Amino acid sequence: MSEINLKEPLLQVQNLVQHFPISRSFTVKAVNGVSFYIRPGETYGLVGESGSGKTTIGRSVIRLYNPTGGQMLFQGQDITGKLDGKTREMLRKDMQMIFQDPMASLNPRKKVEDIIGEGLEIHHIGASKQERQALIGDMLKKVGLSPEHAARYPHQFSGGQRQRVGIARALIMNPKLIIADECISALDVSIQAQVVNLMRDIQEETHCAYLFIAHDLSMVKYISDRIGVLHLGYMVESGTKEEIFSNPVHPYTKSLLSAIPHPNPEVEKRRKAITYDYASSGLDYAAGTEHNVGGTHTVLGTDEDIRRWQKQ
Amino acid sequence: MSEAKVVGNPSANKKILDIKNLDISFQTNAGTIHAIRGVNLDLCKGETVAIVGESGSGKSVTMKAVMGLLDSNATVNSGEILYTYTDEKGQEATVDLLKLPKKQLRQNFNGQRIAMVFQDPMTSLDPTMTIGKQIMESMFLHLQMDKEAAKARALELLELVGIPDAEKRFKNYPHQLSGGMRQRVVIAIALSANPDILICDEPTTALDVTIQARILELIMEIQQKMGLSVVYITHDLGVVAKVADYVDVMYAGKIVEVGNVNEIFFEPKHPYTWGLLSAMPDLETDDDRLYSIPGSPPNLLREPKGDAFAARNQFALAIDEKAEPPLFQISPTHWAATWLLHPDAPKVEMPPELVARLARARKEAEKYL
Repeated sequence: MSEINLKEPLLQVQNLVQHFPISRSFTVKAVNGVSFYIRPGETYGLVGESGSGKTTIGRSVIRLYNPTGGQMLFQGQDITGKLDGKTREMLRKDMQMIFQDPMASLNPRKKVEDIIGEGLEIHHIGASKQERQALIGDMLKKVGLSPEHAARYPHQFSGGQRQRVGIARALIMNPKLIIADECISALDVSIQAQVVNLMRDIQEETHCAYLFIAHDLSMVKYISDRIGVLHLGYMVESGTKEEIFSNPVHPYTKSLLSAIPHPNPEVEKRRKAITYDYASSGLDYAAGTEHNVGGTHTVLGTDEDIRRWQKQ
Repeated sequence: MSEAKVVGNPSANKKILDIKNLDISFQTNAGTIHAIRGVNLDLCKGETVAIVGESGSGKSVTMKAVMGLLDSNATVNSGEILYTYTDEKGQEATVDLLKLPKKQLRQNFNGQRIAMVFQDPMTSLDPTMTIGKQIMESMFLHLQMDKEAAKARALELLELVGIPDAEKRFKNYPHQLSGGMRQRVVIAIALSANPDILICDEPTTALDVTIQARILELIMEIQQKMGLSVVYITHDLGVVAKVADYVDVMYAGKIVEVGNVNEIFFEPKHPYTWGLLSAMPDLETDDDRLYSIPGSPPNLLREPKGDAFAARNQFALAIDEKAEPPLFQISPTHWAATWLLHPDAPKVEMPPELVARLARARKEAEKYL
């Protein structure tokens, strides 16, 4: 298991559908047939506006929700339906999550060592309490805190430090895949850079893969290898970051990219964002199919749509 | 030196808001927090000033002081906030907003002359009132309009802020609108009494990039139409680049650098501004590591000795530990509080990442000139 096979995807999501029935007549269709894969050690970025389903996908993958349809393979094992004990244990150990709000995701009544060590206890890692404490101390050092911090409570930390505790909690299980759900959005600009650097260092060291969910496109471009653009629960475009950023095909991607604020006053003052409105665009995402437009670059649309967009 | 008034703009525009030497502290269980330590800031008619800084730097507190919205445990130790306006008789008057009785401030200034747009549109709207009613409320109060006139104007405002089907939306409740639409309603409410000054506290932080761009463009458009002066409080430098004429960079309750937007973005002088600019990746950033400002902001429970930024500053000099730097003037509009600008200071270069970044930015900007 420890061998890293670069050809075999670590996570394969096929046609994931996630619906939430609200009442007999109304269902929220959060995700409608999304497919993507993540290879070991790479970072896959999911971008899209709020309500596009990016968080839902992250939560379905880690099985906080029961997917309505589709198939997900993690390390070659099906993690879609009812999980048997063994698969569940594998999933809970090898896939971890870092949440958006570091204050809300840490139990205020627990000490940091108990928060980080909970997974160790559940999975019986470490023979004794001392051994576990040593592991926790090492982990705290790794994320840039000191082992003395272990006895403190979350409220005694600043926002950036709290997020480091969240990262330590995810990392202690030695996961193969970490789902980072807007994990830097709640932090200040100067702290964001610290956390992103930390995440990169850890990836280099442990070769874990990230599913990086964010709406800050310049950060996503910086950290990701490949990017998927979501809109209204459909994956409208996917490819390497170069493919997406230098040659966006789908009008939604174009509008999203045009809206990125540039920290450059001369440019920013003269630039107008391209607007895109699904209702008036005349597109029907449900009718579209995935088209490959070169390399790993895929776009959702009908044959005619793709031809038209590529001409532009 | 440090007492020298920062003249925002030597141009003809009239100064309408002038904050002088503002100093505010908060009494808490843990002790006294000295949150604002001598802030000077001014705003001229029709211009946009952006206050940039990390959370806890005091940017929101400064503007809350202008609105008279400080929490009850706050004490204003010194300073004045001078607001110049044209009164009902058409005469120019100047008042110190800090000295005005609360009642008068609420009746004659808040909402009417100085309006504020808050960060989260869901919490700043009343969920039990239709949006039409909420927009008309301040017109009844401040402009003594009758219902018909108020409704006509409310519909006009809704159209101005780009809400289609104003007539229909008028009867909607906040929860029936999307985040972007809600923020438009909040802007409509802020504009309802024809204010002189609009204070936007992180107006787009809760919104998506696509909607963010639209809201900012909308505020700029309205600003031009109505000759508003706008103050933005934000930590997003992309927003600053888009909207601001002048930028004030705040750190630990002080303004550490002020200048016009091009000076701040192309020739920053303060190491903290360098850090802020480098920490945000642009689309061309492909360095192995992002430049980051080490450490975290100081706790203002303890009065920082010397330069508050020294502990996080890789370029700190020995004097930073002992004495607080005054504001040094770089150009008629550009000032920065760092000892690096003292004539006796050693010559220090910006981090190489930032040099490359600024060169890129300048090149990109040339395309547009």
